[in-house]
Amino acid sequence: MRFPDLLAFAWQVLGGYRSRTALILLAMGIGVAAVVAVSSIGEGARLYVVNQFGSLGTNLIIVLPGRSETAGGMPGVLVGKTPRDLTIDDALALKRSPAILRFAPLIVGAGDVRVGSRTRETPVLGTTAEFIRVRQMDMAQGLFLPAGDPRHSQPVCVIGTTVAAELFGARPALGEWLRIGDRRFRIIGVLAKQGQSLGFNTDEIVIVPLASAQALFNTEALFRVLVEAKSREQIAYAKADVEEILRLRHEGERDITVITQDAVLATFDRILRALTLAVGGIAAISLAVAGILVMNVMLIAVTQRRKEIGLLKAIGATGQQIRAAFFTEAVMLALGGAALGLAAGKLGQIAIGQAFPDIPFTAPWWAVLAAPLTAIVTSVLFTVLPAKRAAALDPVMALSKR
Amino acid sequence: MIRLTGIERVFRVGDEEVHALRGVSLDIAQGEYLSIMGPSGSGKSTLLNILGLLDRPNAGRYELNGHDVTGLADDELARVRREAIGFVFQFFHLVPRLTAGQNIELPMVLAGIDPAERRRRLDKLLADYGLVPRAGHRPDQLSGGQCQRVAIARAMSMGPTLILADEPTGNLDRHTGQEVMAVLERVHHEGGTVAVVTHDPEIGKRAHRRIRLVDGEIASDERSGDD
Ligand SMILES: Nc1ncnc2c1ncn2[C@@H]1O[C@H](COP(=O)(O)OP(=O)(O)O)[C@@H](O)[C@H]1O
Ligand SMILES: [Mg+2]
Repeated sequence: MRFPDLLAFAWQVLGGYRSRTALILLAMGIGVAAVVAVSSIGEGARLYVVNQFGSLGTNLIIVLPGRSETAGGMPGVLVGKTPRDLTIDDALALKRSPAILRFAPLIVGAGDVRVGSRTRETPVLGTTAEFIRVRQMDMAQGLFLPAGDPRHSQPVCVIGTTVAAELFGARPALGEWLRIGDRRFRIIGVLAKQGQSLGFNTDEIVIVPLASAQALFNTEALFRVLVEAKSREQIAYAKADVEEILRLRHEGERDITVITQDAVLATFDRILRALTLAVGGIAAISLAVAGILVMNVMLIAVTQRRKEIGLLKAIGATGQQIRAAFFTEAVMLALGGAALGLAAGKLGQIAIGQAFPDIPFTAPWWAVLAAPLTAIVTSVLFTVLPAKRAAALDPVMALSKR
Repeated sequence: MIRLTGIERVFRVGDEEVHALRGVSLDIAQGEYLSIMGPSGSGKSTLLNILGLLDRPNAGRYELNGHDVTGLADDELARVRREAIGFVFQFFHLVPRLTAGQNIELPMVLAGIDPAERRRRLDKLLADYGLVPRAGHRPDQLSGGQCQRVAIARAMSMGPTLILADEPTGNLDRHTGQEVMAVLERVHHEGGTVAVVTHDPEIGKRAHRRIRLVDGEIASDERSGDD
């Protein structure tokens, strides 16, 4: 039997039993679509988190006071006592490390920001000129904080776009003055819109010089020191240097925590990948269910088409030809179902993508490959038994039943 | 062409053994036209199935064109059926989703004959059996007589030397039955060997050799001169 004839024969069978064909295509399609859609949600979540970390800045190391037992956790969720504060001098000592490119000490507080009669409570960040480069942020207008000794400060500030809009409306904010508590600052720059970045909306903050923040919040203690290593390869050295320099300054005590972006990212990456794989796998079970449906339908087909199979054998079909016809049918069903499923999955992915535009939903390549492959393999596997039965049918018996 | 010697066929039904054929020996020459008659359950269909290599005897020897075919494997038997034997059944056994033309083509498709050659043979068969206007119709759009003509054309499509028909008129009215017999007789006139199982004495009488089975044994084997 020639291959095109085999295809044509299977095609005629599929066309001859339309509702049955539609049912299997539907089951296969749902299975494949589920795998694609679910895994693209997982992958979207992973990429979202990875991008969020990426927007923190590259080669970033975060130094925070206090020893955390669970290195690699998120900075925000760290709990633990703080035996010793991190100070500006601690931060400045980090200059000694050849692996460190730049760093930015950080103080965080909340302040009532006032312009004329408008007041707004916003997070206030105290930091140095290096911050904008460590965090890889851009300016919309004006300049960032000026460089200079962080222990002294000028009364200047940089504000986020939302703050600018709320305090000044359509008026230009640049060059204007604002008040935080009882201190006045001249606005020398407006940050470019960036949005949410790991729990911080940089559009809603006011940034002042470190010494000003220390005075405002009446504290010497740093909240964090953001450190940028010279390169990706230098991250480990930079981390070791930070730990060593601060241990020496803290009388040999290891009372700080150093988080590398890589470690956090790797953890998230691993968790989300595993999660995606797991939900994809669960969705794949629906494919196995579709496979069982195929077997059931094929077994029914063997009974239903008994006479036809008997006739085919009587006119000279070999067992192998009968099996080939069944397998061709199964593969065609699987391919059709997979194509439908991929299309439906893609549509679903676009639909959720429109509902959550921030999250980059993409079906991972392994899902796009594995789903149709699973469909074909289950379909073929579950056809083995029906095909075997059909091929073994005794033609005399098959034809004599009315 | 065919030599059966001491063919036994026993069916086991539960604890009982049913002897469908008991020691049947039969020679059939090339170009013979024979009818097989006998009461219901006398083993006519069983004999025809064994002649057509659809069924295997429990004992005895079957020589086809000088070769012993009793020992052949299932797939080898299938190939012999495909090349040398054409079946016609009482209930036509056409594939319902295929057109008349596609049904006729089926044995050639199984044999792997290329589409151009298939087309050529199909056109000739359609013309020979008066089916040209019906080629694109499905079996449910055809009359019983047309269905049986399609089945005969299908049986003839590989150019077999042996045509076996099991009550080919059993499901047709008298007139249509005679028409179908005329078609089968034309196959015989063209040199084919034809064996017809029938209940109808009138149809049985048309054959040149008449075999009568009773209880799985050949009770009589008569010949009349060619017409
Ligand atoms: N597959 C079978 N299983 C059991 N008994 C069978 C089978 N096929 C035929 N028989 C028995 O063998 C005998 C001959 O059957 P068959 O050749 O069909 O007779 P006929 O065609 O002359 O009516 C009958 O008694 C029938 O019941
Ligand atoms: Mg019978």
